Amino acid sequence: MFKVLDSAVPIACWSCSIGHNDSTLFCPHCSKIQPPPGGDYFSVFGLEPKLNLDLPALEHEFHRLSRKLHPDRFARALDNEKQWSLADTALLNDAYRTLKDPLRRTEYLLKLLGAEISAEDERNEGKSAKAPADLLEEVFELNMQLEEMRAARATGEADPALQISLEQDKRKFGVLLEAVDEDLRGEWNLWDEGNAGARATAQRRMLALLDRRRYLSNLVRDVNEVLGA
Amino acid sequence: MAEGRVVGIDLGTTNSLVAYMEGDTPVVIPGVDGSNLVPSVVALDPIPVPIPADGYRPTVTVGNSARKALIQTPERVIYSVKRLMGRDLKEIHEELKLFPFRLAGDVEDGEVPRIQLGELRFTPPEISAYILRQLKRNAERFFSAPVTQAVITVPAYFNDAQRQATKDAGRMAGLEVLRLVNEPTAAALAYGLDRANAGTIAVYDLGGGTFDISILKLRDGIFEVQSTNGDTHLGGDDIDNLLLAIALNEIHAEHGVDLRQHPGAVQAVRKAAIEIKIQLSTEPIARFDIELPNGDRYQREIPREVFEMLIEPVLKRTAGPCKQALADAGITPEQIDEVVLVGGSTRIPAVRQLVDELFHLTARGKRPHTKLNPDEVVALGAAVQASILSGASKSTEEMLLLDVTPLSLGIEALGGTVARIIQRNSTIPASATEHFTTGVDGQTNVAIHIVQGERELAADCRSLARFDLKGIPPMSAGLPRIEVKFLIDADGILQVTAREQRSGMAAQIEVKPTYGLTDEQVESMILDSFDNAEADFAKRLLIEARNEAETILAAVERAPENPAWMQLTGDEQKAIKLASDYLNKVKQSENATAIREATLILDHATRRFAELMMESAVSSALRGKTMNTAGEELAETVTAPHAMAPAEFK
Repeated sequence: MFKVLDSAVPIACWSCSIGHNDSTLFCPHCSKIQPPPGGDYFSVFGLEPKLNLDLPALEHEFHRLSRKLHPDRFARALDNEKQWSLADTALLNDAYRTLKDPLRRTEYLLKLLGAEISAEDERNEGKSAKAPADLLEEVFELNMQLEEMRAARATGEADPALQISLEQDKRKFGVLLEAVDEDLRGEWNLWDEGNAGARATAQRRMLALLDRRRYLSNLVRDVNEVLGA
Repeated sequence: MAEGRVVGIDLGTTNSLVAYMEGDTPVVIPGVDGSNLVPSVVALDPIPVPIPADGYRPTVTVGNSARKALIQTPERVIYSVKRLMGRDLKEIHEELKLFPFRLAGDVEDGEVPRIQLGELRFTPPEISAYILRQLKRNAERFFSAPVTQAVITVPAYFNDAQRQATKDAGRMAGLEVLRLVNEPTAAALAYGLDRANAGTIAVYDLGGGTFDISILKLRDGIFEVQSTNGDTHLGGDDIDNLLLAIALNEIHAEHGVDLRQHPGAVQAVRKAAIEIKIQLSTEPIARFDIELPNGDRYQREIPREVFEMLIEPVLKRTAGPCKQALADAGITPEQIDEVVLVGGSTRIPAVRQLVDELFHLTARGKRPHTKLNPDEVVALGAAVQASILSGASKSTEEMLLLDVTPLSLGIEALGGTVARIIQRNSTIPASATEHFTTGVDGQTNVAIHIVQGERELAADCRSLARFDLKGIPPMSAGLPRIEVKFLIDADGILQVTAREQRSGMAAQIEVKPTYGLTDEQVESMILDSFDNAEADFAKRLLIEARNEAETILAAVERAPENPAWMQLTGDEQKAIKLASDYLNKVKQSENATAIREATLILDHATRRFAELMMESAVSSALRGKTMNTAGEELAETVTAPHAMAPAEFK
């Protein structure tokens, strides 16, 4: 399933010429830095793809690898070593940034598994996402109130009743958001521990939960914007 | 070690410094005049030259002596050039309202602006290169050895173009820039040296022209920046301008004198404004007292409360970035363990008050860190980073700085919106890979526009570069798959590579930076390419040593005419005579070190005489002030150098 993990074809170290597995950052024989390996973000940290991660251990490993790979350690090295240090560290940083964040990690794993999460969804937290069916009515109501509030702000009027109502909505959607996160964590466990069938189900549910989450967090952001204005 | 020392340089808006690691301690290298700060002022020599041929390098002075010229020949002097680094014409026009920069008239949109200085023109990186060269020479004089590699600091909020311009300046000055380090991060490094503890710190850096806020997590020698924010056009300069405007307007209204017509006089008033600002950090009241060309006096008291009301809007502009940085780091003010203050402007009590409120310090029984001199801490940190890079000191072996990119990187998408590919506050180096294709059958070019900034529309962001992917094999529309890799390196500067995946052909990229100098242009602007050659270095050292010797000998020769001479004892006079005879003899030799030693001996012998001379100069200055002498005085540094100190090298 993870074709991107270890390749069986050994490649020769540029420095000592001894063949090594291509997903390593350093030559196991002469310890010299190697060009960026072809593995996924999990393999950078020597991890199997899993959604439950030990974050303190991840940070520790990030720091340990940074000490060895960072361009600051290669300021006076050969030009190719400098280039690889730069590329390897970029990979390490990209991997850490993605894996340490629960949502980015989930999206990344689902994408590795072939899910189509458009780049636009990731970046903009899905402005165009559809409203979840069970929330249609409430969302419609909320959007009306947001419009009213914006109009009131524009004319400089205060509307304390509306303000209170919006703050209630904010709390309510915040609770819904927490529920989604809780559900996501449940799916993480199912995916991490399940067989192929259980994983496929978990993947489908996670995709749906991510959509719902994007939608809710946009709503909360909009309410915050209006309340904070 | 085969390679020479790596120095750390703080290339500041107002002052610049160079520092190095002496064992385990970073130390600032003083200039010839004994001062640690080199004012970031560059003056063209007072005598105009005919428009010179290509490759000609004018003589310039840098630092304190250039600052004196600011009042005498303002049209040949430039300061605060950092405000112009990496900026295009339309951005610069804003600065022109506040600063006496004179632009060359025939610069077109998209070209790097040139500044008219007397009869010559310079790009901002060239001016910065003169400052860097002075610092390089100060370091070389100090080590008696060539210095060719440096770490240079930049405001954390500098964009790609501003960083590239700084690197270009280094190259022009004959320095290999091993790393650009963000100023607040450098300050954290300087503070972090002697603190083994872990924690979250905020660095509030309000300098002469820029404001930065950075939030860092410290652990086991790793300095991991969580977020950064700022304003590259906010600083002490803005405060000076407020005071200056008051004085100029009142002088005009009350005395009918429009000083704005006299650049030299404006500079003298500006200096007075700066002094008032400094005084108000410790005194409840300060005053303007300026004799005007028409004989009137402009006298005006500025109480601290008035000053604080005046500058409040400027200071308030630092609050937004602080809050944003906290939000981006995902923490509350209570989670900040320590706050470090950097930059001369943080001496202002109102600034400290604001910082206290922003981070709830007093409420939590804390005080901001100010142990290190806020003017020097960035240079000291640069020296620490230089040591990390060169592996020269055991004390920095375990230290590592993980910095972030201050601004999001994006590509202009359909409809002029921005598709973000690298978010702000991503740890650098950072990369992103994007795929592009063609829209028309047989299309062989794809144009990509890269921008930096947080706004939704590309037009509101800073345009970095336009790339043309060329040489795409002709195929049906949508079939080519061009992979473009964007990589922000450890200096915060963008690199781009591309290849077409279906044909396996490497697509050519033609990079057209929206703003900035080409490699060839930088090459043609390199100052004194001989600066690096060993033989020339020895020669220069000798010339400099002789110049210093001549300067002090000339001063000693005139000494008996000074009334202070008679206050010396006979022994003191004899010692001076002996030392100057010795120097006169030694200066003929080819031995720069011997000349320098003899100069030092004479310098030492004349110390008391110099002090006596200073005393009488000060008392006579207090007796009567004219516009002219007041101006000269204002141009002096706060800590006056040895009166006989040799002039700075030209």
